[in-house]
This record gives sequence, structure tokens and C-alpha cells, in this order.
Amino acid sequence: MALPVAFFAVFFAYPVAAITGRGLTVDGVWQFGRVGEVLADPDIRGVLWFTTWQALASTALTLLIALPAAYVFARLDFPGKQLLRAVVTVPFVLPTVVVGTAFLALLGRGGLLDELWGVRLDTSVWAILLAHVFFNYAVVVRTVGGLWSQLDPRQEEAARVLGAGRFAAWRRVTLPALVPAVAAAALMVFLFTFTSFGVVQILGGPAYSTLEVEIYRQTAQFLDLPTAAVLTLVQFAAVGAILAVHAWTVRRRESALRLVDPARTARRPRGAGQWALLGAVLATVAVLIVVPLGVLVERSLDGPDGYGFGYYRALQSAGASGGTFLVPPLEAVWNSLEYALAATAIALVVGGLAAAALTRRAGRLVRGFDALLMLPLGVSAVTVGFGFLITLDEPPLDLRTSWILVPLAQALVGVPFVVRTMLPVLRAVDARLREAAAVLGASPPRVWREVDLPMVRRALLVAAGFAFAVSLGEFGATVFIARPDNPTLPVAVARLLGRAGDLNYGQAMALSTILMVVCAVALLVLERMRPDRSGAGEF
Amino acid sequence: MLRLDGATVRFGKRAALDDVDLEVAEHEVVCVLGPSGSGKSTLLRVVAGLQTADAGRVLLDGRDQRGVPVHRRGVGLMFQDHQLFPQRDVGGNVAFGLRMRGVGKAGQARRVAELLEMVGLPGAGPRAISTLSGGEQQRVALARALAPEPKLLMLDEPLGQLDRGLRERLVVELRQLFGRLGTTVLAVTHDQGEAFALADRVVVMRDGRIAQSGTPLEVWRRPASEFVARFLGFDNVVAATVGGEAADTVWGKVPVPVGTPQGEARLLVRPAGVRLVPVAEGLPCVVTARTFRGHHVALLLRPSEGPALEAECALRDAPEVGTEVGVAFAGDEVVVLGVGG
Repeated sequence: MALPVAFFAVFFAYPVAAITGRGLTVDGVWQFGRVGEVLADPDIRGVLWFTTWQALASTALTLLIALPAAYVFARLDFPGKQLLRAVVTVPFVLPTVVVGTAFLALLGRGGLLDELWGVRLDTSVWAILLAHVFFNYAVVVRTVGGLWSQLDPRQEEAARVLGAGRFAAWRRVTLPALVPAVAAAALMVFLFTFTSFGVVQILGGPAYSTLEVEIYRQTAQFLDLPTAAVLTLVQFAAVGAILAVHAWTVRRRESALRLVDPARTARRPRGAGQWALLGAVLATVAVLIVVPLGVLVERSLDGPDGYGFGYYRALQSAGASGGTFLVPPLEAVWNSLEYALAATAIALVVGGLAAAALTRRAGRLVRGFDALLMLPLGVSAVTVGFGFLITLDEPPLDLRTSWILVPLAQALVGVPFVVRTMLPVLRAVDARLREAAAVLGASPPRVWREVDLPMVRRALLVAAGFAFAVSLGEFGATVFIARPDNPTLPVAVARLLGRAGDLNYGQAMALSTILMVVCAVALLVLERMRPDRSGAGEF
Repeated sequence: MLRLDGATVRFGKRAALDDVDLEVAEHEVVCVLGPSGSGKSTLLRVVAGLQTADAGRVLLDGRDQRGVPVHRRGVGLMFQDHQLFPQRDVGGNVAFGLRMRGVGKAGQARRVAELLEMVGLPGAGPRAISTLSGGEQQRVALARALAPEPKLLMLDEPLGQLDRGLRERLVVELRQLFGRLGTTVLAVTHDQGEAFALADRVVVMRDGRIAQSGTPLEVWRRPASEFVARFLGFDNVVAATVGGEAADTVWGKVPVPVGTPQGEARLLVRPAGVRLVPVAEGLPCVVTARTFRGHHVALLLRPSEGPALEAECALRDAPEVGTEVGVAFAGDEVVVLGVGG
């Protein structure tokens, strides 16, 4: 318990507090008047309004499109289901930068729609909403579908026997059981879209800006720290509120539902309705998820002299980018992998210890810590990154020039995933099984090794995979602290996109493709060893 | 061997164990009997060290166990629902305690084979836990608990979830096994039949306190209080005023044993002591229910006044429901209960 708390205090609370403090004090005097001033600014109000309504709209749209898919994954059995489940999950672990780039290739200038019908959506809100749906589809499918597949169909059958029609049985029995999961998924989607950065940064253009983008702009472009600090506080408050509601719904979800093995609840589609639904879901997945990724790959191969690996070859030299990089962009791949591995190790240690501590103790304090662990998912990564720069630059913690700075920031985002994945599995281990081992003579560490570890081994691997994928794609904080001679993949992509010229654009597509492939491979490996009964997808 | 001195455990305001003194001698089989919530499982957990006592001491072989962690106490505990390790096979489960004590591979294998033989599952070592039936799981759990040769074996509702036929057979097997091995056993159960069949001594608990302790025969014949009597299934309990060799009750005069203290008391009349006589010669009652119990019939009788009475009679003498009968009481089946409980 002590290590995770210390980790969060030093690498999260301290930098965020320091940068907020610096923004809001002048000569050591707190300037709370700034809060009112900033919030009265019509531009800022516009940003707040846009942030909120686009998040609401994204959430509603995601639920609308993904809920039928949740049903299909939960109750229908069809060939290729495992593969499809992996495919819809790929976007979730994709770096926001890649998602942005893919939609740019689809909807942007010179994009597929532009070429075919002259339609451009890249500076419209539709591009942002669609990208958000693309991104969060898996959250709904896995959270809701995961629970749905474990609800005992016999409960509905009992209602039917008692005289309820098919729909009435669903509405009275299944729906109430699903509501907490739907609410939890919706809140998560709202949280992710409320704090959206990479997608809006790339697709929004100057017209659209979320809080997170505005914080980045105020900090990096206008150097207006006070405004950024106020916005950080606003976002912090909003995220805190969302997480509090989320924690509440999750706890309600854990309440006495009788769960069964998902393998027994799914069956082959029957009747025209179910086949049509399955077809519609497959079509949605194809259009919404496969097409953007396909276009991304296509663009990366579509050079000035026809299809080829020209852009990939160009990534091998620093000069080809016209001075964008000090090193060949391809080196970013190795940097990213190294950083992500280190970040994964840190996240596993910190998150694993936190999850173990949370399992053993259950008090109000511990529950509070549980919610706290989720904060890094919502607190401005830009603030964290900038906070790292100004706080970790003096002894005893002079890390500014150390390579460990980037993995530390990335691990912050990885920890919540580790905790979310491990906690349900650890909690499912019967405490009396541990007692049985202790009575038979196993010391507490031995109990952990003999009882807990064999049961959570797979969850641990899955957690590692998630941590690896999100570390690989982390952008908001890394963009501040990655050194110019050691860029990560997302940072390199963003830098290439920021430059004009076909070569830069093509190289960005190529790098994004590489990043996507690395993430997808990590995910496919994970899908093979999903923990059986964790409800997989407790994010 | 085991001694508890004033052991007390509180959960909030409620005392799960309230100042309990208990001794278990070497080779003795003691069964703690009580309804759920009477604190009997907590008693086992305190001895195992899974629960710390708020007051009092636990002594094993005369040594105070305060501060001794669970894994160093050297006791065995068989859990209510067995708690076999699902990811290990049968052999791996039985060998677990031996491995923790650093027994070598060959030694483990020998002992596992020996134990599986003993519990009637020879050669079951490589089987997966999920393939075992309830009775087999129970045997594996027993073998696992016995493997490290604990100085005290504790059983929590050892046969709780098994069906009745199996339970009756296993009780006999357990009794024989413990007798042969000379194991010291402390078991808890809510089933009186199980307790009486298994134990040298029965301890009845109520609300965290010991209500009565004695051999099965003693407890059965002389329940110490109304609570114990009712828990054992005797419901013919009535308030009485003892005067001489009979007592006045709402059921009329009831004979009491010689030497019963005079004054207020509560009386138990065993069903066997409720005799049917012609209506004119005893307490008039109406038969309200008749339950076939194999070698006898249990009758529920409603007297004109006072609580209902249970009686036993032979099948061929049993009157129909609705018949009016007379009731007389036999003094040798009357027990005077302590007023306190």
C-alpha cells in the first residue's frame, strides 16, 4: 500500500499541484480572482460548452451503435467471434494520434471520401464524434456484453413461465440487471471523450477545442499558465465527479447478481431478426472500424510513384523529413518499445501492489484510494507532462534528463488498467482458500505464491498487455517530456502531421500503421489468454 | 492438549464468543453443537489463529498461542465447503501441507498414496478437483488436513453439504478412522445426529457461550436448559411448580424424579413419557397431526389448555387425526430444566 501511495504522491499529485499552484500564485499570493476571470471569458465558456456537449453526443452515439453489438457478442454464437472481438478492441488500445490520423485519411483533405465524392468532414464535429465512437465502441461492447453474457438466461425463462412475453421478460429481468453496466460504460465513454486530446487536436482544427486541447494550447502556445491552471482545476473537478458516480455504479453492479459461465449462454442465431441483427453489427464494424484502419494502411503505401514502401523507407533516414527530426523516425519505434516496456514494468509493480492491498482491506479509506487510482485517466495528461518538467528537475528528484521520466508518465496511465484488470480476479479468489493454505502451513508470502499467483497469472498478463498498449500510445504527457532526439511513435506522428508536404503526410501514415500493428499484435496475443471469468473489460 | 481460557471475540457490539472455557484432551473427539450464529465457527477460527481473540487465551500443549501466526500453529482445519485448491489435482492438494513443511518428493508421494488409500480413494492422485463428487471432495479435504499429522484436527460442518445416506455412512467411517489414528478432534456442527455419532463429548453453544458440555448420553438424557432441550428437538416444555413428588402444570399433575428441588421450575416431558390412556383417565387432547417415523409414529396433541404435546406410539396403536385421547405422564421421562436457559 505504501509504494503505490508514494508513487502517486510524487509522480502525480505533486506535479499537478505544483503546476496548478504556479499558475494561480503571483509572488506566493493566491490569485483566486483568476478563476472567475477565466470562467467569464466567452471563448473559454465556448470551450466548456463544446467539451460537454460533444462528450454527451459521443456517448449517446456510442451507446446507440454499440449496444446491439453487446447483445450479439453476449447471446449469439457465430464463427469468427473471437477474432471479431479482438478487432473491435483494437481501436481502444490504439493511440489517439493514430485514430486521428486514420480518420484524417478517411474524411480529411485528399482523403477517401474527398476523392470519391468530394466530401470533407475533417474540420466538422462529425469527424470528432465518429472517431470517438470508433474509439469507445469496445468499452461498451466489453463492459455491457461481458456482463450480459454471464446473466443466466434461465432468469428470463423463469419470467416467461410466470407469464411475461418475450419483450416484457427482457425489460423486467435482463434490462434492470444491465442498467448498472450500461451506466458504468456510458460514464467511462463520457470520461474518455470529455478529456479527449489527440483526436480533437488532429481532427478539430482551430474551430473546435476541448478543455484538454485548450489546456495544451494555453500552456504550450500562449504560455498562459494561470488560464491553464484554472482549466486544469475545472477538468479535475469534472473528472472527480464522473469518477465518483462511476465508483457508485460499479459497486451497484457488484451487488448480488447470479453469474454463469458465458460459454453456456450463447447460441447460434435463429430467425430472420437475429440474422439481420448480426449482419447489421458486422456491417457497422466493417464501416466504422475496418475501413478507417484500412484506409490508413492504404495511404501509407500510396506514394507519388504508385503503391510501394517508399514512405516506410523514408522513415529510415533523418534527412528525408526535411529537418523535422534529429534522428531517423524509425528509431522512434525502438524508443517507444523500450519506454513502453519500462512503463509496463512500473505499472505492474505499482498497480499489482495497489490491487493486492485493495483486496486485503476494505474500508472507506481504501475505497477512496480505489477511485483515486482512476484519476490519471481523466486528469489532463498535458498538465502532468508539464508538471513533470517543472517539479522533477531539481535534487533530490532531478529526472529531467533521465530517460525514466517518459516511462514514469506513461505508467501513470497504465496503473488504472492494471488495477481494473487485477482487482475483479483477486477479489474472486475465495479468502478461505488462502486460509486453507495458511492452516496447512503456508506463510503469507507463500500463500500469495501458491494460491493467488496461479489464479491471477493470466489476468496479470492481460494487465501487462493493456499497460503496454496504453503506454505505447500515450501522447498528452509524452509530447512534453520526450526529448527531441528520443521521440516516441505518437510524438513522431504528430510532428510529421504538423508539417506540410506529401512526404511528411505519407510518413505519418506509415508510422501510424507500424504503431497500429504493434498494438494489434499485443492485443491479439492477449485475446488468446483472456482470464476466463473476469468479465474482461472492467475499464 | 487444547485449552481456551475466557476466549472472547466481538464483532462490533455483538460477542461471537463470550468468555468461553473449553478443554480438549489428547485423543479426545469433541463436537461443538449449536444453531447457526452461535459462535461455533468463530471458535475454530480462534484456535486456528484466523481470528484474534479480543480477550482470553488459547493454549496448545500448554503454550499460549498469542502472536503465533496461523501457519506455525500446527493444527489442521477442514473447511465447511472443503476449499480444495482448484488449480491443483487431488495429489497436489493432499501434498500441499507436506510441501510447506519441506518434506521431500519421495516422502510426499508415499504419504499421499497412503492417505488416499485410507480415505478410500486409492489412485485418485492425478484426478482434477472439478471431477470429484461431493463425497469425494470431502474425503480429499480430510486427507489433505490429515497429511501433515496435525496435533489437533478441526472440522467445520464436516458433512454439512452431503446427502443424508452418505452422511450417515461417513460419520461411521470418520469415527472409526479417528479411533484408529488416535487423532485429537474438535468438530463443529449444527446436526445433533452427527455430533452424537461422532463425539466422545458434546459441547452445546448458544450466543457465544457454552450452554452444556457432556457425553452424548448425558446431554441427551439430561438437557441442562430449555434451550438445549428445544435444540435437541424436545418441545414438550412447560412451566411448573414442584411440590413433593409431583409438579403442577397447565397439563395437570406431572410426576417428577425423587429429590427434585421444590418451587418454580421448567419441565421437559420426553415424547416417550407421554402415554395415551382412555379419555376419562387423563388429560383430554385432540390428535392434530400424525407423522410416520419408521419404527414409531409421532403424534401432535392439542390439550384444552397449555402448549401442544408431542407423543410417541407404536404404529398399530396410533389414533387417527381428530380422535380425542387422554394423556398420562411417566415420571422416568421427565427432566427438570435449569430455569436460567
